[in-house]
Amino acid sequence: MAPRQSSNDRLLLLYEGMLTIRRAEERLQALFADGEVPGFIHLSIGQEAVPVGISANLGPADTVASNHRGHGHALAKGIDLDGFFAELMGRETGLCRGRGGSMHVADVSIGMLGANGIVGAGLPITLGSALAHRTRGNDAVAVAYFGDGALAEGVLHECLNIAALWRLPMLFACENNGWSEFSPTDRQMKAKLKDLAGAFSIPHHDVDGNDVEAVAAAARNCIAALRRGDGPRVLECHTTRVRGHYEGDRQDYRAPDELAGLAEVDPVARCSTRLLAAGVEKARLDAISQAVDGRIAQAVERARAAPEPEFGDALADVYTTAAGG
Amino acid sequence: MAPTRYGKAVNQALHDAMAADPTVILFGEDVGEAGGPFKATRGLQEAFGPERVRDTPISEAAIAGMAVGAALSGLKPVAEIMFMDFITLAMDQLVNQAAKARFMFGGRNSVPLTLRTPHGGGLNAGPQHSQCLEVWLAHIPGLKVVCPATPADAYGLLRAAIDDPDPVIVVENKALYAMKGDLDDPPAIVPIGKARTARPGTDVTVVCYGAALHIALAAAETLAGDGVDAEVIDLRSLQPWDEAAVLASLARTHRLVVLHEAVEAFGIGAEIAARMADVGFDELDAPIVRVGAPFMPVPYATALEKVYLPGAGDVVAAVRRTLA
Repeated sequence: MAPRQSSNDRLLLLYEGMLTIRRAEERLQALFADGEVPGFIHLSIGQEAVPVGISANLGPADTVASNHRGHGHALAKGIDLDGFFAELMGRETGLCRGRGGSMHVADVSIGMLGANGIVGAGLPITLGSALAHRTRGNDAVAVAYFGDGALAEGVLHECLNIAALWRLPMLFACENNGWSEFSPTDRQMKAKLKDLAGAFSIPHHDVDGNDVEAVAAAARNCIAALRRGDGPRVLECHTTRVRGHYEGDRQDYRAPDELAGLAEVDPVARCSTRLLAAGVEKARLDAISQAVDGRIAQAVERARAAPEPEFGDALADVYTTAAGG
Repeated sequence: MAPTRYGKAVNQALHDAMAADPTVILFGEDVGEAGGPFKATRGLQEAFGPERVRDTPISEAAIAGMAVGAALSGLKPVAEIMFMDFITLAMDQLVNQAAKARFMFGGRNSVPLTLRTPHGGGLNAGPQHSQCLEVWLAHIPGLKVVCPATPADAYGLLRAAIDDPDPVIVVENKALYAMKGDLDDPPAIVPIGKARTARPGTDVTVVCYGAALHIALAAAETLAGDGVDAEVIDLRSLQPWDEAAVLASLARTHRLVVLHEAVEAFGIGAEIAARMADVGFDELDAPIVRVGAPFMPVPYATALEKVYLPGAGDVVAAVRRTLA
């Protein structure tokens, strides 16, 4: 049990968590532009409050599965920052030894069951993890992060049904940013998540997904219900995708005033404003900022110095036991 | 040693695995109360309770995905897909998730799931309940695929699959569930990746798996009557397959026929033929001949299906081509 913390101390921790994700992704943006991070990356800038608020209620036995925009989910669950940068920079010291990259950051040993390149695919994985928690008789919970784009995937509907039917300890954590890749979700999806949840008699909660305290409070209630065995919950976090679907997406399809308005609802800025208003000194926020930047700079330098993975090692890891049984 | 039906051997393997390891759980459509569409899971829910033997809704993608998630969270799930044709609905979870969740996470974890599914024709089940789609799965790095031909292997390969740290697809042939065969007491676990010489011979090697074994053995009897001594190799495992055993047999017989019930084109047999044409080139005294189903959906009517399915006569004809 953590010692009692003042509300400012608690909020500072949430702030630091969000700032870590923000600065890490800003650094990735630069590394990607410089060619040090290859491939496709999907940044969650503007959405940091969701995983940080939810993870504030999770322990090491709890599990999460994520999607393609999963850096924040993974970092908030506690994956190693050095391993994270090394993975995206394609190094042997990466979390996945350079085999997965941005869309597959994972650390099963701490309950992070993977980002995912397939929209909606983390949902049944989370369902199975929730089933495992139930079968093993502990009070752990499983969280599926998914976007509003995944509402159109059939497997979501299968999972809502089974989770409700079996009253599994699963939190459906939707980051509703209004965008299904390059298209507005309201042009792709007739139903609302609230109504889908209602169809399966699953309690649904809307929350301002850019208010980390609101997310943390809503998640606390949901997760407490899961731990009590009350069955699944849907937490719909209304949030904002600042960057494109992927880095390099010029977002020509978005109205300039929509993008301009995002700064006003920035979850990190809102949190720092709230902290200052609550009497926290700016120097303290600056110190957190410096510490975060220092950790990220160190992670990048360590990754740069790390060896690249060997092909033969990767080939040998396709199976645990190559010849079988 | 007791004569046991193939379906009962599957049932006993599940029973023994669940009794031996509390982390083994079972789920699928109608596997619990109803005991499974082919009764392979009969009695297991009574024995182990509804928490460990669960009837799922008709949701194949979720079934496969749950197996992945449970396997990543400390259990050894055994999932069932009622007919192999329905595996189409589970392919994302098998191909993109189960197969890759070890490799793409850096080899730091494994995915110890087993997925049972029946394939095969001969029951007038028609184009969507009869297909042999195992080659799709054998093509995916990260998956293992086995296909038992006898009750002893139905037991032994399933136990091995459940014990295996990697995802294993166990393909059972529907037409075999009622077949009887000897099962040791206690029955043996059969290692994945090892073929079995079902019939030793000297003149030609017939490689097969699953229900096709019995066609190959019948063909071998016919050929024996004509003085041709065929060796029949039952692969048992398709991924990994026992290349060394096939090559060793070819080195003795110098002739090779590959037989399966699945469509011949782009099949398991094509892979075996291609490998043997390469590593076994110097051993070959004749072209490698494949026997499989024609390139068409499995037809319904008895008059059509009996022509569709490869038979002993096709194998005999193929062997004669290698001897010509």
